[in-house]
Amino acid sequence: MSALVECINVSKSYVPGRFAVTGMNLTIERGRITGLLGPNGSGKTTLIKMMNGLLTPTEGVIVIDGKEPGIETKAIVSYLPERTYLDAQKTVGDIIEFFTDFYEDFQPERAYGMLKSLNIDENAKLKTLSKGTKEKIQLILVMSRDASLYILDEPIAGVDPAARDYIIRTIINNYNPEASLLICTHLISDIENILDDVIFIKDGRMVEQTNVDTIRQQHGKTVDQYFREVFAC
Amino acid sequence: MPWQLDNDRPIYVQLVERLKLQIISGQFQPGDKMPSVRELAAEAGVNPNTMQKAFAELERDGLVQTFRTSGREVTQDEEKLHSIKAEIAKDIIRKFLEQMRELGFEKEEAAALLEEACKEEKE
Repeated sequence: MSALVECINVSKSYVPGRFAVTGMNLTIERGRITGLLGPNGSGKTTLIKMMNGLLTPTEGVIVIDGKEPGIETKAIVSYLPERTYLDAQKTVGDIIEFFTDFYEDFQPERAYGMLKSLNIDENAKLKTLSKGTKEKIQLILVMSRDASLYILDEPIAGVDPAARDYIIRTIINNYNPEASLLICTHLISDIENILDDVIFIKDGRMVEQTNVDTIRQQHGKTVDQYFREVFAC
Repeated sequence: MPWQLDNDRPIYVQLVERLKLQIISGQFQPGDKMPSVRELAAEAGVNPNTMQKAFAELERDGLVQTFRTSGREVTQDEEKLHSIKAEIAKDIIRKFLEQMRELGFEKEEAAALLEEACKEEKE
């Protein structure tokens, strides 16, 4: 079977002469959990947005399950953006209904189950909820789809440590072994135990794509420590 | 709670050690059905692929057996369990001796101190 995601020589320029992403070549296999790691402004979100068809590469091509990002890939990619796009006037239940209607692969029972274990009231309006709770809801929505690829941009930044443990368990429990997960975060130590692979990027270029246990074996360090070394300021 | 893992060693190696210990200490009894990879991965807070790799190693060591219909079981081979137990004991002793050497105690001295400590504990 071919790779799930392939980026071939992808570049993105917002301003002529300046590149946010330069000549990116990377592959994500099926059934892997990959961390996309890099300092602020290294091009992580730009890359993710191109994978989701929200931005068009200036050069190169991205292929997801054999297709370029578009309507067909959106049906199999579940994306957690860095900012919320949900209508704050709606209740949690309204939004679940909306997602059920919108995504063929959305599993409402799964979403309600997770809401219950996190004690989130489905009748509450979004605007009455805290930032962390909203983030949890957003992640629940994303993980309640039976997607082939989950792309999570900073999934745990705003939630407390106990909920983080729950969320990580949720991610492990819910994703099917054929699916892949791409997680972009700064909180490396919290998620590195669930990663198979890591991709380090810096200044819009790929620095390294490797395996977590390889880093530990070769360097005797956690990914977090290794990151601090590679990107030392 | 996710399992506490050391920072400087591969994760799957630590999962193997931990599972071995759980089997030998009787947390999983001979013939017991093991939880699924996914359950254990979620409990430990690790990647299911990594847990799978750890299980594969336990299988190679003969500590667990996979049956097509009923999942994984802890081996009932007492001899096997005993030999793994002895292996781990040797490991602990080696580490102990190493630490004692760092403190400046030769093997004989370390053994004498150990004997003394055993006596004290009895009293």
